[in-house]
Amino acid sequence: MDILLQQIINGLVQGAIYAMVALGYTMVYGIMGLINFAHGEVVMIGTLVAITVITLLVGAGVPPAMAGACGVVAAAAVCMIIGWSLERVAYRPLRNAQRLAPLITAIGCSIVLQNVAMMVWGRNYMTFPPLIAKTQFEIAGASFTSVQVLILLVASVSMGGLLFLVYRTKLGMAMRATAQNPAVAGLMGVNANRVISSAFVVGSALGAVAGVMVGTYYEIAHYQMGFMLGLKAFTAAVLGGIGNLAGAMAGGLLLGLIEALGAGYIGDLTGGFLGSHYQDIFAFAVLIVVLMFRPSGLFGEKTGDRA
Amino acid sequence: MSASHGQKGSPVNASSKEPLLIVEGLRVAYGGIQAVRGITFHIDAGETVALIGANGAGKTSTLRALSRMLDAAGGSVRYLGKDISRLPPHRLVREGIALVPEGRGVFPRLTIAENLAMGAFTRDDKPKIARDIEHVFGLFPRLKEREKQLAGTLSGGEQQMLAIGRALMSRPKLLLLDEPSMGLAPIMVQKIFEVIRTVAAEGMTILLIEQNAKLALETSRRGYVLESGEITLTDEAEKLLHNPKVREAYLGE
Ligand SMILES: Nc1ncnc2c1ncn2[C@@H]1O[C@H](COP(=O)(O)OP(=O)(O)O)[C@@H](O)[C@H]1O
Ligand SMILES: [Mg+2]
Repeated sequence: MDILLQQIINGLVQGAIYAMVALGYTMVYGIMGLINFAHGEVVMIGTLVAITVITLLVGAGVPPAMAGACGVVAAAAVCMIIGWSLERVAYRPLRNAQRLAPLITAIGCSIVLQNVAMMVWGRNYMTFPPLIAKTQFEIAGASFTSVQVLILLVASVSMGGLLFLVYRTKLGMAMRATAQNPAVAGLMGVNANRVISSAFVVGSALGAVAGVMVGTYYEIAHYQMGFMLGLKAFTAAVLGGIGNLAGAMAGGLLLGLIEALGAGYIGDLTGGFLGSHYQDIFAFAVLIVVLMFRPSGLFGEKTGDRA
Repeated sequence: MSASHGQKGSPVNASSKEPLLIVEGLRVAYGGIQAVRGITFHIDAGETVALIGANGAGKTSTLRALSRMLDAAGGSVRYLGKDISRLPPHRLVREGIALVPEGRGVFPRLTIAENLAMGAFTRDDKPKIARDIEHVFGLFPRLKEREKQLAGTLSGGEQQMLAIGRALMSRPKLLLLDEPSMGLAPIMVQKIFEVIRTVAAEGMTILLIEQNAKLALETSRRGYVLESGEITLTDEAEKLLHNPKVREAYLGE
């Protein structure tokens, strides 16, 4: 049986998750040129909040799908508050500091969030409760599950909603204007602080949804899961051209595909020397290659064209 | 006041009231460098006032301080009777002050229509906004033809038109223009200034900053000459146009 189609399906699902997380990096970067390295941790907290809420509700007899919806809402609410607070407390005082200062702060915030999560949820792996019946489908020898379909659906709707926000609403227009020329956007009456806060809040909400997706997909979660996920999503954002929304979406999908196909064929490629658990090297090979040969990414343009 | 000035600003009735804008002892510094050294001027409601000066005289710095893009090092700015020298920049447009910045500052990846909508960012009255967009298109028909184009694809002159149109979209009481003629072909400069005169004739109060002294003074009722951060001359625009010092230094005679 050919694994090509199978790996494409798997890659798209994983890629959709990367894309959702990558958007959080790219929105913030597009508007204020900051890489919020704590974003992966925000996603992790979204997953863990969802586990707690869903487990509680399911235990109380609420149907899993309903409990899942509540879990998403709770995760989004908590993540939005964390995203907003990160900006307000950690990054805003450093708005005019040297570039290294917010970067180090971001890493510090990462560590703090991880430790808080460890204190709240413990060090052990946690099981993510199933939300929907896991039906298996087959096409042309490849199989996929209802969970994968759900992830793709929710990701499409979320990203469509984001595009609507950014390209069809007044807030979105203010975000794009601020990304292109913050001083002049201010002259138009745009409160830059509010726009920046919105970028953090919206990105965190998408991250929370992604967090629930990851949990549902792998059925497991851990307080350190945000690190690798964040790094890969950041890679996806860079691959697409950081600051560019379409780039983050395309970069996420592409990275998911590269990883899945890489993992599927790495055994063949290396004569069995490396197994599929080496799939992580593909993400970082991509990051290094992009940074070396096209640091502006696939969709990257000049700075004025961000977001 | 001679009758001929009527077209360049509303008649003298404003002079009995407090001026719309009073700037006193304004100073701007970059680090240790004094760019503006304590200038005092005022603008009455309805008049067009020119602030002329050579490159580096401190014109843009003055506007940056007025529009709150930077903090003044000293002095006061009173607008409609209240001190606005500490307002956050995004509040200024709500007070009725609109700036057309040096180098135009259009949003390159927004369409022309979106740039104009940004000008009306603080407004909610959709039907009136739509009418004002039509008004701007009436002033600048070229913009209407390119409504859906990204502003970054426009020529310099068209971008200047857009920047002026965008500023008008906030329905300002005071319009600040920073070198609208900069870098434009003479024919385009003529077109832009025609519109500035039209807008002035509709009753707008305008501070017109220019290196092109002749054009600015011909368009204004009064003028100030800025040299190395200080105002060295002020008079009615007509008189400045005939002032030997101005003719020598700024009109190339
Ligand atoms: N951002 C800045 N940093 C340091 N010096 C500046 C800056 N902007 C302007 N200057 C200096 O301030 C003086 C006035 O500049 P500016 O206000 O731009 O003059 P103008 O608009 O009349 O050409 C000049 O000497 C200029 O070099
Ligand atoms: Mg200037």
